Amino acid sequence: MKVFKLIFKNALRHKLRTTLTIFGIAIAVIAFGLLRTVVTIWDSSVDAAGADRLITRQAVSFIFPLPVAYKTKIEAVPGVESVCGAVWFGGTYKDKSNFFARVAMDDNFFELYPEFIVSEEDFNRYKNERNGCIVGKSIADQYNFKVGDIIVLDGDIFPGRWEFVVSGIYLPQNKNTDGTQMLFHYDYLNETIKQNTPGRGDQIFWYIIKIEDIKNSAEISEQIDALFKNSTAETKTETEKAFAQSFVSASGAIITAMNFMSFAIIGIIMLVLANTMVMSARERTREYAVFKTLGFSAIHLTGLILGESMLIACIGGGIGISLLYPIVSGFEQVMPKGFFPFFFIEPITIILAVSSALLIGILAAVFPIHKALNTKIVDGFRFVG
Amino acid sequence: MSTIIQVNKVSKSYWRNNLEIPVLQDLTLNVEEGEFLALMGPSGSGKTTLLNLIAGIDRPSKGDLTVAGTDIAKLNESGLAKWRSENVGFVFQFYNLIPVLTAYENVELPLLLTKLSKSERRKHVEATLNIVGLGDRMNHYPKQLSGGQEQRVAIARAVVTDPVILVADEPTGDLDKTSADEILTLMERLNKEFKKTIVMVTHDPHAAERASRLLQLDKGDLVLEPI
Ligand SMILES: Nc1ncnc2c1ncn2[C@@H]1O[C@H](COP(=O)(O)OP(=O)(O)O)[C@@H](O)[C@H]1O
Ligand SMILES: [Mg+2]
Repeated sequence: MKVFKLIFKNALRHKLRTTLTIFGIAIAVIAFGLLRTVVTIWDSSVDAAGADRLITRQAVSFIFPLPVAYKTKIEAVPGVESVCGAVWFGGTYKDKSNFFARVAMDDNFFELYPEFIVSEEDFNRYKNERNGCIVGKSIADQYNFKVGDIIVLDGDIFPGRWEFVVSGIYLPQNKNTDGTQMLFHYDYLNETIKQNTPGRGDQIFWYIIKIEDIKNSAEISEQIDALFKNSTAETKTETEKAFAQSFVSASGAIITAMNFMSFAIIGIIMLVLANTMVMSARERTREYAVFKTLGFSAIHLTGLILGESMLIACIGGGIGISLLYPIVSGFEQVMPKGFFPFFFIEPITIILAVSSALLIGILAAVFPIHKALNTKIVDGFRFVG
Repeated sequence: MSTIIQVNKVSKSYWRNNLEIPVLQDLTLNVEEGEFLALMGPSGSGKTTLLNLIAGIDRPSKGDLTVAGTDIAKLNESGLAKWRSENVGFVFQFYNLIPVLTAYENVELPLLLTKLSKSERRKHVEATLNIVGLGDRMNHYPKQLSGGQEQRVAIARAVVTDPVILVADEPTGDLDKTSADEILTLMERLNKEFKKTIVMVTHDPHAAERASRLLQLDKGDLVLEPI
C-alpha cells in the first residue's frame, strides 16, 4: 500500500511533464487504434470473401469483358454447381462522392451469396420488376432508400440516364458482410445496351462460380481456363479470396505503410516515456541512494520505477482506448459511405493497444532501473544533477 | 566497555579513468561502545570515505572491518543491506529526506523493512518524532520545515529502528548556529541517554567539543588529538 502511494506521489512530482507524457501516450494509442482499424478492415474485406466460390475473369485484366456464352460452358465443367455473371456498372448517384458498388448480376446471385439475406417477398418483387434492384441495408439507411423508390444513375461505362426501382433490401449476415452494394438484373442492362449501342451487348466482366467441393478448386480452375485457352478471350480463374486480394493489392502499399506506421508510433511514444522516466530517475539519484542505504533492495527500487512507468503508461493507454471508440465512430461519419464496407474496432486492435501500452511501460523503465541499480550508494550521494 | 568498531589496516582507493586514487592507507581505528567520536580534517582527506566504510555503504580495498560484531568486509551486497538496516543509522549534511513524503512517512521508511505492524510502526515513529521535538510537525512535508527541523527528522529516521551505531557526516554543516546547537544537543542526548555509539564528521570545532573523543584525519592518516 505504502509503495503505491509513493509511486503515485512520484508520478505527480512534475505534474506538467507527467500530464504531457500521458497525453502523448493517449494520442499515440488513438493513432495506433485508428491505423490498425483501417488495416484490419482492409484485411477482413479480403477475409470476408467466400471460400467455396471461384471467380473467372479475363486473363489480362478484369476490366476486359468475357462473352456471355462462356456461362453454359463453365456450367458444364464437372464439379461446378452454379455460375453467375456479373458486370461492374460504375456510374454516379447524384454526386461523385456517393460511392457504393453498383453491379449487374444474373438472378441466381442470391443463391451463391447466402450471406446477403433477402426476404422471399422482396426477391419475388425483384424478379417481377425488370429494372428492379436490391440494395444493402447500410446504403438503404444512409440514402433513405425504401422499397418502391426510384434510383437514377448517371452512367459512365454505360452512358446515359439509368432508372431503377428499389425492389428489396438485403441484410448483411454478419459484420464482415458488405452491406453497401446495389445489385440489379443483368438482363435489364444487357437488353438496354443492345438497344442503344449494338455490339457492346452480351458481355460479362466476371463469373462467380459455386463449386461442390472446395478441395477441387485448383483443378476446376485449371479446367475452366483450359476451356478458353487460345480463344480471343482467355480466362483466369481463382478463388474469390485471391481475387479480392488482387483487387486491393493496388492499395496494398498504403496499407503496408499504415501497418508499419502504427508500430512506429508505438516505438516513438516509448522513447517519449523512456525520456520522462530517465529524467525522473536522474533527478532522484540521491533518493535512490537513500533507499539503498536504509536497506531497500533491488526489487524495491525496480518496483518503484517500474510502477511509476506502468502507472503513466496505463493511464495514457486507458484514456487513449476509451477515446478510440468515439473517435472511430466519428471517423466513420465523415468517411464517404461505401468507401469501407464496414467500420468497427476489432478486438485484436484493443488487445494490441493494451499490450503495447504495457510493453511501453516496461521498456521505458528498463534503462532507469538498470541505472539506479548499478549506481553505487557513494556515487549516488556524490551525484549532482 | 567493548570495542564496537574495529578498523584494522584498512586501505581504500577509488578508480577514475583507470587511475588509482588512494584515499585511506593502512588505517587502524577502534571505537568503544558508547563513544561519541568526532572526526575532523581538511576537505578531501577521506573523512566521508572512512565513515562510509564504517557504515557499510562502501567496501574497503584492503583490510578488516568488524562493526557491531560482524566482519562487514565479507558480507555480500544484500547481506550488507540487511546488516545496515539492523545496525546503523545515517545522518547526512543535506538531510536527504524524500521530498514527497511527510515527516512521519520519512521516519516510517526504515520500519517498512521490518515485520512491525502498522500500529507498532505508528508507536515507534511518534515516539521518535517526540524525542527530536517534532511531535507537532508529523504531517509536514520537508519543504514546509526549516533546515534544523529537517535534520531532526533525518535523525529520527536514523534512530527509529534503534540501531547501536549512528554515523553523521557534517550534520550541522548546512545549519545556522542556533539550529546546529540544537542538533548537537540532540546528538549528545542520543549518546548519553539512549546509549548510541556515534561517529560524527565535522568541520566545526564547536561541534567537535561535544564529542567524547576527537580524531584528525590528514591525507588518509589518523592524527590523534585527545581532548
Ligand atoms: N565515489 C568516489 N569516486 C571517486 N573518488 C572519490 C569518491 N569518493 C571520494 N573520492 C575522492 O576521495 C578523496 C576523499 O574524499 P572524501 O572522503 O569525500 O573526503 P572528505 O569527506 O574528507 O572531504 C577525494 O579526493 C575525493 O575526490
Ligand atoms: Mg566529506
